[in-house]
Amino acid sequence: MLVITCPHCGPRDVTEYSYGGDASRARPDTTGEVDDATWDAYLYLRGDPAGPHLEHWHHALGCRQWLTVTRDTTTDRILEVRSPAMGGREP
Amino acid sequence: MTRRTGRRSYSAASLARHALSGHRCWPRAIPEDRPRSGYEVVIIGAGGHGLAAAYHLARDHGIRDVAVIDKGYLGGGNVTRNTAIVRSNYFLPARGDIADRSLELWEGLSEDLNFNVMFSQGGIINLAHSTSQLDDFARRANAMAIRGVPAELLSRDEVAALLPRLDISSSTRYPVVGGLLQRRAGTVRHDAVAWGYARAAASLGVDIVQNHEVTAITSEGGRVTGVVTPHGEIHADRVIAAVSAGSTRIAQAAGLTLPVESHVLQAAVTEPLAPVLHHVVTHGLVNFYVSQTDKGELLLGGNIDGYNTRIARGGPSPLEEAIRVLVSMFPSLSRVRLLRTWAGVVDMSMDGAPILSETPLGGFYLNTGWCYGGFKTTPAVGELLAEMVATGTTPPMAAPFALDRFASGRIVPEEGHGPKPWMYH
Ligand SMILES: Cc1cc2nc3c(=O)[nH]c(=O)nc-3n(C[C@H](O)[C@H](O)[C@H](O)COP(=O)(O)OP(=O)(O)OC[C@H]3O[C@@H](n4cnc5c(N)ncnc54)[C@H](O)[C@@H]3O)c2cc1C
Ligand SMILES: [Zn+2]
Repeated sequence: MLVITCPHCGPRDVTEYSYGGDASRARPDTTGEVDDATWDAYLYLRGDPAGPHLEHWHHALGCRQWLTVTRDTTTDRILEVRSPAMGGREP
Repeated sequence: MTRRTGRRSYSAASLARHALSGHRCWPRAIPEDRPRSGYEVVIIGAGGHGLAAAYHLARDHGIRDVAVIDKGYLGGGNVTRNTAIVRSNYFLPARGDIADRSLELWEGLSEDLNFNVMFSQGGIINLAHSTSQLDDFARRANAMAIRGVPAELLSRDEVAALLPRLDISSSTRYPVVGGLLQRRAGTVRHDAVAWGYARAAASLGVDIVQNHEVTAITSEGGRVTGVVTPHGEIHADRVIAAVSAGSTRIAQAAGLTLPVESHVLQAAVTEPLAPVLHHVVTHGLVNFYVSQTDKGELLLGGNIDGYNTRIARGGPSPLEEAIRVLVSMFPSLSRVRLLRTWAGVVDMSMDGAPILSETPLGGFYLNTGWCYGGFKTTPAVGELLAEMVATGTTPPMAAPFALDRFASGRIVPEEGHGPKPWMYH
């Protein structure tokens, strides 16, 4: 089973977390002015890398912080975990 | 290379003839082809969709200068990893139409292909666990009726009569209040689908090339010119990519970023039992579905693992959940032993609906985003892809599934969770 080490709570099974998806895209800050292509890219297009993937995980059954995790999608190895205090982003 | 024409048909007479030689002289069903230097159409991916497209190109449009190229063995992808469920109980007309057309084709497929795909139309029962869910099923049944597709709303007693082993007591974990039945639904032997389409396409002159991974797409002036494998380049006027788990990578090779993510879905079978279950049954709160195969095994499926992955092996929790739900529904099956589990990497799209589309690269067609529901539509997908490629137009049934629907906002949200593919079924 995938184990994610929460900076606050320590190593916990994936069943304690809920997934928040790809964390590599930033919401356009000029919402009113963006064109369709920019919205499409933000909302729908995904890199879906075979390799390191930046992703959101919510430690729902622990500290309830949103963590930003880098995980290799070809090995499931966790490369980095950051809490908001460490510069991680909420979705 | 010699062109194969005509088909050595399987029949009672051929069975009797081969019995005389002790069944030692059956001809090879599917030839092992080496690729030629070029084709009119190259189809990447010898899954059900790619093979069906080749069959329809050759049979319906007379386009036989076609190769289906797979990185592994034919039918090694999701076409033979699925839980084999075929149904058309969708709400949205776009999803329903293509599944309805497929049901029609499934019903005649064994004869069309001269290969028994073992379509068992036992019907599918979706269980409802609250009156509001039953209302939602009524809405779905009405949407189906508008398409002319029969569906029956079942009371709790009717469910109990059809599923005598189901625990319908009010003390069960998820009490049952009713259900939705589509009688024409059922299961199909998935390996036979891959082999049957491959054999039929090959007998019409299509080359089936295994163990050739497509690593690049070549193009000139905005039009596709062919594909590259480690064994060299193969020219093509038109290319279809029907590679499910390989979609993101192939799209990148064609310069496209897709609204698709790779996730893993597991399934399992138990040891074989005497017949206990005649329908496909789905749970209404936990995503869980079960049927009994012709061999007697219970075939179980549940949710995807829930995070992007390229590993075709899942974790224990989705299977544990599936088994918990099975036992809560059918307590008398609690002692049955699990025989085997497996997984497939699935192409999850951002609205849960497929992409069946031309692309900004001329002559390059994409078939992807089938999430974990693309087996049921194999026959219609083959028919539609063939028509798109042969005529250069988009048939009305494929139009809602265009790649540009995301930019234009015309998404096809049957389940409507937003761009969160890990929540789609
Ligand atoms: C566990 C599980 C259960 C499922 N249950 C159901 C169900 O009950 N009902 C239902 O309708 N659907 C179900 N599905 C989904 C269904 O199986 C798929 O949507 C469907 O089979 C996809 O068919 P395909 O032909 O497009 O893909 P595949 O059969 O996966 O074929 C794609 C082929 O492309 C090849 N390929 C990939 N990359 C390359 C490359 N670069 N070069 C050459 N070849 C390449 C692969 O080797 C593969 O053979 C399930 C899926 C899974 C995994
Ligand atoms: Zn925590």
